[in-house]
Amino acid sequence: MTEIFGVPIQALFGQLMLGLVNGSFYAVLSLGLAVIFGMLNIINFAHGALYMAGAMLAWMGMEYLGIGYWWMLLLAPICVGLIGIAIERLMLQWLYKLDHLYGLLLTFGLALMIEGLFRDLYGVAGQPYSIPEEFAGAFNLGFMFLPKYRAWIVFASLSVCLLTWYMIEKTRLGAYLRAATENPQLTQAFGINVPLMVMLTYGFGVGLAGFAGVLAAPASQVGPLMGSNLIIVVFAVVVIGGMGSILGSVVTGLGLGIIEGMTKVFWPEASATVVFMIMAVVLMIRPAGLFGREK
Amino acid sequence: MNRRVTIAYLAGLGLLLLAPNFIYPILVMKVLCFALFACAFNLLLGYTGLLSFGHAVFLGSAAYVTGHALKVWELPTLVGLLAGTVAAAALGWVIGSLAIRRQGIYFAMVTLALAQMVFFFFLQAPFTGGEDGLQGVPRGTLFGLDLANDINLYYLVAAIFSASFWLIQRTIHSPFGQILKAIRENEPRAISLGYDVAKYKLLAFVLSAGLAGLAGATKTLVFKFATLTDAHWHTSGEVVLMTLLGGMGTVFGPLVGATIIVTLQNELADKVGSLVTVIMGAIFVICVLAFRRGIVGESLALYKRMIGQKT
Repeated sequence: MTEIFGVPIQALFGQLMLGLVNGSFYAVLSLGLAVIFGMLNIINFAHGALYMAGAMLAWMGMEYLGIGYWWMLLLAPICVGLIGIAIERLMLQWLYKLDHLYGLLLTFGLALMIEGLFRDLYGVAGQPYSIPEEFAGAFNLGFMFLPKYRAWIVFASLSVCLLTWYMIEKTRLGAYLRAATENPQLTQAFGINVPLMVMLTYGFGVGLAGFAGVLAAPASQVGPLMGSNLIIVVFAVVVIGGMGSILGSVVTGLGLGIIEGMTKVFWPEASATVVFMIMAVVLMIRPAGLFGREK
Repeated sequence: MNRRVTIAYLAGLGLLLLAPNFIYPILVMKVLCFALFACAFNLLLGYTGLLSFGHAVFLGSAAYVTGHALKVWELPTLVGLLAGTVAAAALGWVIGSLAIRRQGIYFAMVTLALAQMVFFFFLQAPFTGGEDGLQGVPRGTLFGLDLANDINLYYLVAAIFSASFWLIQRTIHSPFGQILKAIRENEPRAISLGYDVAKYKLLAFVLSAGLAGLAGATKTLVFKFATLTDAHWHTSGEVVLMTLLGGMGTVFGPLVGATIIVTLQNELADKVGSLVTVIMGAIFVICVLAFRRGIVGESLALYKRMIGQKT
């Protein structure tokens, strides 16, 4: 068997692939956080809980209604988005004039509520969710086996990120959105319904989290705790990347996923903490983040 | 006015000393530990305007260090407490000097992420006992008094709490505390007045971390164990909730908040199981939406309105 740095090449590529998968989740989630932050100036602590809700919805759809993976990939993000819209209309909209910290505190409370609710209903143990038939099995690439579903996760996540980028940077709606981010009052004066856009932005951002949740469902156990630990890593990703640019979030997310995967190969003990260590280093060298602007 | 305040304080102290005659002392000690934790946190959030979302890590690390010092090194109780406090303050210096490089929401995220890093370290490190925690920590003796007796320990805990509370009070009303408030209100102005804001923030952070550590060290003594829960982000969230519910930036707010939350958890734990988290989350949401000044803050505002003073 071929080896690189004393590590079997298959294990190396296997971890690289896992890192890419994790990185895809980081990318989609940090993208959602960045879109929400740009518009609402709120860090959405409930992002992890809504990601978990997306996965749980996919599982519940299968378990209770017999709705398959593909429909849930469409329906769950919409449901999560609607929950998000309800949250924005009922609660968040009253906080925009206050210190941004209140938004963080409110969404933290919401995260506790969502997580606690699912924990009460289903316990902490994970539920299995099978991989859709189309993606069972693996590609044989000669030097390694690539599970089809992992390839799909990376492909789907990157497509969604690219679509989001296109929508924000290249379409008219995106132009309104950027204008409203830059100067809400002036945009409103031009006859654009800014509160509506804020609402839709939040719905869209958490919808992205729901989408990532459904994607994650077959790859890992579906459980109430799957979101809370992930969100803290995503926060670190956001601090490292800065929330300045969309492509920045995607690149940072993927890059850190790969680094994490490689750490699992070469220094397993540090794999849980490597992202945080990188964050500490970035804070020392470039406090605004790699793609961030100092305000 | 001043005399009334003194009488109120003396009454509070009297209540503190008499409490174990009426209530289960372990519960009161738990409340006092968390109240001290929340007061230390309030020093940072309420008076300096820094929201640290990783404060549990100071509680947890001090708990482990004290537990280790008492159990493995068999040091005297007071030295153990001191070791925990110093360790937490040192950790506070490291985390604080990284975190103050960012502001506002980023500060919260950075502290949370760094705390999570330390949490993972505790999860893997051999001396913490992993998921089982550090159990069977001896309480030791103090001036010949056996602290294994709950009442003896209670007076030690009450003394630690009172002294720390007094220290926090003094800090708030000192010139140093005034500068912290100036930073909270308007950081650019504080800078333009020539204050080295970063230094003040760091000092406040270290002080807060050290006192949070003292709370954690005392907690180990009370429960005779230290666990991962102490350092978990859930605990960080709890201390934010205690401070918010009681009233941030008020002297007694954290005390009130901690009393309510700890009692509530104690009462509800057997009855509703994991719904406790839902209830805590709901209190969070209600506090943020409906009464942001907290119980003490809103009561003060109401009192001032009643006597016709402008808030």
